[in-house]
Amino acid sequence: MEKFEILRTSAVPLPIENIDTDQIIPARFLKATSREGFGENLFRDWRYNGDGTPKADFVLNNPRYQGQVLVAGKNFGCGSSREHAAWALSDAGFRTVISSYFADIFRGNALNNGLLPVQVSDEVLARLFEQIEKDPETELIVDLPAQQLHVPVWEESIPFEIDPYKKECLLNGYDDIDFLVSQKEAIETYETKRVWVY
Amino acid sequence: MGKTLFDKIWDAHVVRTIAGGQDVFYIDKHLIHEVTSPQAFEELEKRNLPLFRKEQIVATADHNVPTKNQHLPIEEPLSRSQVDKLTENCAKYGVELYGLGHPYQGIVHVIGPELGITQPGMTIVCGDSHTSTHGAFGTIAFGIGTSQVAQVMASQCLLLSRPKRMRITVEGDLKPGVTAKDLILYVIAALGTGGATGYFVEYAGSAIRSLSMEGRMTVCNMSIEMGARGGMIAPDETTFAYLKGRPFAPQGERWEEAIAYWQTLYSDEDATFEMEYTFNAASITPMITYGTNPGMGIALNANVPSQVKASEQVSFEKSLQYMGFQAGESLLGKQVDYVFIGSCTNSRIEDIRMVANYVQGKKKASHVEAIIVPGSKQVEQQAIAEGLDKILAEAGFELREPGCSACLAMNEDKIPAGAYCVSTSNRNFEGRQGPGSRTLLASPLVAAASAVEGKIVDVTEYL
Repeated sequence: MEKFEILRTSAVPLPIENIDTDQIIPARFLKATSREGFGENLFRDWRYNGDGTPKADFVLNNPRYQGQVLVAGKNFGCGSSREHAAWALSDAGFRTVISSYFADIFRGNALNNGLLPVQVSDEVLARLFEQIEKDPETELIVDLPAQQLHVPVWEESIPFEIDPYKKECLLNGYDDIDFLVSQKEAIETYETKRVWVY
Repeated sequence: MGKTLFDKIWDAHVVRTIAGGQDVFYIDKHLIHEVTSPQAFEELEKRNLPLFRKEQIVATADHNVPTKNQHLPIEEPLSRSQVDKLTENCAKYGVELYGLGHPYQGIVHVIGPELGITQPGMTIVCGDSHTSTHGAFGTIAFGIGTSQVAQVMASQCLLLSRPKRMRITVEGDLKPGVTAKDLILYVIAALGTGGATGYFVEYAGSAIRSLSMEGRMTVCNMSIEMGARGGMIAPDETTFAYLKGRPFAPQGERWEEAIAYWQTLYSDEDATFEMEYTFNAASITPMITYGTNPGMGIALNANVPSQVKASEQVSFEKSLQYMGFQAGESLLGKQVDYVFIGSCTNSRIEDIRMVANYVQGKKKASHVEAIIVPGSKQVEQQAIAEGLDKILAEAGFELREPGCSACLAMNEDKIPAGAYCVSTSNRNFEGRQGPGSRTLLASPLVAAASAVEGKIVDVTEYL
């Protein structure tokens, strides 16, 4: 997993609530057997017409908006557990999603792929949308070590929460699988003491 | 202090708690399918890791399979390669596979329970958000991402923080024509699509108790549609009667021991929940969704809301525009083009009986295409054995072969752009049933009535 430390970037705004993983990556693109290449179909049906031409009014097709942060409406990533949603966002170059609420499975999937979900209040989210609309080049600094989102133009730093273990993983590029495999002995001991063996 | 059902099962599965508070959490059963497993097998290969407990994994092919001519090779090359990859991986790692052609094949959340693989007190995961279905048996069951699929393959464990607990109590009797599907659509409409995020839900109350196992599965299945990590119902005589004699259920003396353990699985009287909701079953009427998330549900005979909270306005308008509906209008009388009966929510034998019972002696409207996709090979065989296939055929409904089908339209079963589909599935997201498709979620009964009348009707007037 790619390490995450401090990210300085402009942002892409998507002020829609309840963006589900079927919008992030529609099911018909889940037929691949590897993790690569999902970025080109990110937000496929919002981004392209049926004939493959770009929809001019969608934000990812608007050259005004660039950057490695996606700022999205409340309850981002609801619906299906498909990790392909996190892969598609990463593959398209995003490293952080800011929202006022994330669906649980998406949050976990993102963290397992070095994509940092930053949860802010509804109020901060609304101000961010306003700010980016006003000046698309607004710089955001996502500071994982300090757990702060710095918005230099506001002279403000907004704290965010992250599980301490997951923070270590992101900072060091570790993932859970190595840790869990290292627990083999404890797991085998547990298996001998189970209340009920299925 | 007393414990909740959830905490009893959770505590029994903690291997150890690490600094920071996460638990190394043991998984009893891991279900896999063709779409979310290939990258996990690839991960094992890349790290040169063995499968830790292959006998605790069961595989099936469901998401991507055609629902016609399953005895022939899959035509669509990408689908075929994904299903072939599953077969290859299962053979290589020694995983039991109920693939196409196997008498146990079917939707992963239909076959687990019907084979008796799903048992009270278990922890079950699958790379699919509707894994919560298995909670109907008093299990902790939830969907995971592919990285977690790989973790369970490598260690039979996950690193998890304990979610908060919510109890949803539904008391009283459901009115005629009101099904488990209406009950859960009603609850989701009340809480909203993110209303239970961060929680694990226990469903309780007399209305839940009086549901069949099929009905309980429908309720637990849709827990994720309000954001819940999972949903569960304490096991009781209904649960035990359903499981007894199923192929993988405990037998003989072991069955008696199992019952004794399973009877300890309930929330203690003094157990507390971080959040509680209570609903009256008598207030629930047949439901339908009008928008593009499952929380956008209304009573069939009610109107689409005329206004919503300011923050939701943009999404609400976008949703109505997509669906071609107006704020404040009634959906009754709207033309229906397709009816889909199937998915892990409503494809069990009871659902098919409900439809057959309603359409017997009737005909679907000529402009409607109505397909019924059974949840499993066993459901399909049972329907044929009961003669339901003939009743359905006479009414103009096409009984297909098992799979996820038009619920997510990964295979050929797609709803065309702009067309309206009354669907017994679980999600009405934009494009869910095919690009531009418009989905109205409802019960099998409402779906059957919509097919016969060719438009949205208040089913209670036709009973």
